[in-house]
Amino acid sequence: MSTATETNAPDVTTGMDLLRFATAGSVDDGKSTLIGRLLFDSKSIFADQLESVEATSSAKGHDYVDLSLLTDGLRSEREQGITIDVAYRYFATPNRKFIIADTPGHVQYTRNMVTGASTADLGLVLVDARNGLTEQSRRHAVLLSLLRVPHLVLCINKMDLVDYSQEVYERIHDEFTQFATKLSIPDLEVIPISALAGDNVVERSTNMDWYSGPTLMHHLEHVHVASDRDLVDVRFPVQYVVRPKSDEHHDYRGYAGQVAGGVLKPGDEVVVLPSGMTSKIAGIDLYDSEVDEAYPPMSVTVRLEDDVDVSRGDMIARVKNAPTPSQDIDAMICWMAPGTLKPRQKLAIKHTTRTGRALVKDIQYRLDVNTLHRDQDTKELGLNEIGRVQLRTTVPLLCDPYSKNRTTGSFILIDEATGVTVGAGMING
Amino acid sequence: MTKTHSDYRLSQLDQLEAESIHIFREVAAEFEKPVLMFSGGKDSIVMLRLAEKAFYPAKIPFPVLQVDTGLDFPEVLETRDRWVSRLGVKLVVASIDDAIASGVVVDDGKTSRNRLQIGTLLNAIEENGFTAAFGGGRRDEEKARAKERVYSHRDEFGQWDPKNQRPELWSLYNGRLHEGEHMRIFPISNWTELDIWDYIGREGIEIPSIYFSHQRSVFERDGMLMTETPLNPLRDGEVAAERTVRFRTCGDITLTGCVESTASNIPEIIEEVAAARLTERGATRGDDRFSEAAMEDRKKEGYF
Ligand SMILES: Nc1nc2c(ncn2[C@@H]2O[C@H](COP(=O)(O)OP(=O)(O)O)[C@@H](O)[C@H]2O)c(=O)[nH]1
Ligand SMILES: [Mg+2]
Repeated sequence: MSTATETNAPDVTTGMDLLRFATAGSVDDGKSTLIGRLLFDSKSIFADQLESVEATSSAKGHDYVDLSLLTDGLRSEREQGITIDVAYRYFATPNRKFIIADTPGHVQYTRNMVTGASTADLGLVLVDARNGLTEQSRRHAVLLSLLRVPHLVLCINKMDLVDYSQEVYERIHDEFTQFATKLSIPDLEVIPISALAGDNVVERSTNMDWYSGPTLMHHLEHVHVASDRDLVDVRFPVQYVVRPKSDEHHDYRGYAGQVAGGVLKPGDEVVVLPSGMTSKIAGIDLYDSEVDEAYPPMSVTVRLEDDVDVSRGDMIARVKNAPTPSQDIDAMICWMAPGTLKPRQKLAIKHTTRTGRALVKDIQYRLDVNTLHRDQDTKELGLNEIGRVQLRTTVPLLCDPYSKNRTTGSFILIDEATGVTVGAGMING
Repeated sequence: MTKTHSDYRLSQLDQLEAESIHIFREVAAEFEKPVLMFSGGKDSIVMLRLAEKAFYPAKIPFPVLQVDTGLDFPEVLETRDRWVSRLGVKLVVASIDDAIASGVVVDDGKTSRNRLQIGTLLNAIEENGFTAAFGGGRRDEEKARAKERVYSHRDEFGQWDPKNQRPELWSLYNGRLHEGEHMRIFPISNWTELDIWDYIGREGIEIPSIYFSHQRSVFERDGMLMTETPLNPLRDGEVAAERTVRFRTCGDITLTGCVESTASNIPEIIEEVAAARLTERGATRGDDRFSEAAMEDRKKEGYF
């Protein structure tokens, strides 16, 4: 019998880190071609996938290999020739693994873009050099900023169709930078590329000597994401209580969860919310070993010194640095369902590991995601609309502003009758 | 005590592990009756390992379900039994033969066992009242999977509606169900084939021996190398010969092909996978090769 135990495998991917990025662009800006190229140039496309794409391309009468077919997965999408849902793609270079959330660009798919951006470290907005910034590209930037995606790359694509003109690049660059001052974008890179010809995607372009910045791939490989996490404010939402009740581990009682913020260490004085009981961390377990610190996004099991009452939905924080439990929530909400969100509506709410009910008290304004205009006259939100909403919840939420912590600052709203996720919320403050 | 990274970095494999463990714990906390679909293949073994870690030192708080096609590799069943007994989990076997005998599915002689699995599985889920079923699907496997949620909703008929999926944001999963519905859960959605091998190597866990290079009597069919067995009689013109092979996936012995390989340990397999020119399904799974939309269609019906 062969088992893996006999060998000592090299850590091919263990030492790598991870970058999750979301792509956005209007139809035909070249998003699928760009992703196809990233996959192709990083050798993440297999021969059978390529052959199937080649066959479909020629059946459709194309004289080129349509790399966009690699990403447009569902049958209805292939038939309509557009990307309608978030598709996840994977590729790796020697130092980094990448997860791409490929999101559709249309305004009627705003919710899909919000979904893809919710977990992204970096957002990639594509524009067609011939058209420059459009209403859609502005909206994409607004959404990425609203979702607090910390890094943004604006790719000016199809440079081959504007004679690789520096002037075109600079005009779009300046227009975008000016627009971006109204947003919260901590890190911006503007890269002139040709997804079709490959300029500045992986290889540095020989057609744009005037551009001295990084290629897209170089930037993706080197952008620093480790410090995007909050390593100061300890937040540990309890997911599950581990109680083996076996002879061997008779008295074991551990609180399992994924660290949402800060660094936990044995010996730390902690408070359990909402009860307010205090204790000390006795130990932190990761499977059968103990660790001397736990930080985001580790999944660990925390043991406390005292026999305090802790259950799912509670949160462990530091005594002098804990969120204030609150039942009055002020948030930006993206409405994701047909029908409207109106005052006095009741919904289920899920925040970290806590579930309760929420009552819509007021809709302060609707945000025009193209212009950032705040429309205070409309007291409801329709599908794909975003607005500032006041909620009253049945249970106190142990939350932080979304701008401080994307895990403890976010929630979803669920329709209690259909069970469907209908809203995504980002807490203000 | 194990020292963690001083710069608070977490490798991508550790991040994937943390994400998967989070999913297991969410499901165990929120669903009444979860079950883990265990094929004995490498992906479901990695799932089982992650479940073990998620609840340690407690036992895995849900049973393991295997669909017995009657055409499984004996080596895979042996590995399954060792895992099950080491972890002390309950094993539920749903047999296609039993399902045929009791009329749950109909064997018309034309339908492949692979398709009969669907009815057998759905019946087992319904009979046992399972509300959530963990599956080892990965999004890098296939185009339809690339869009599937981690929590993938199934209606009363066990069907997936790809155009009507619930939005899935952050790590906030929505497990709401109506009577008769269930959820498929894909905790290793974001793992790639290479990640799986890397993890198996790192964890030093047992996988079926057929993944490693061995001698086997095989014959060629539809461009794939198939095992010679009475379960899969040779057709005209097919000749069996001894070759040095290994399997990249574990499935129905009559449909799962192997590749010629001398890779006899994890590092050699990783090297081979990294250099491979065919996806694991495209290379060796007869069931996925019929049409571009084959997987999407089977998934809609309730395939894993
Ligand atoms: N000339 C040129 N054409 C491009 C470039 N990138 C994409 N295209 C073409 O633009 C069209 C739309 O591309 P596609 O990738 O499907 O766009 P998507 O709708 O954003 O996914 C296709 O005909 C591509 O071949 C580029 O850099 N230069
Ligand atoms: Mg596209």
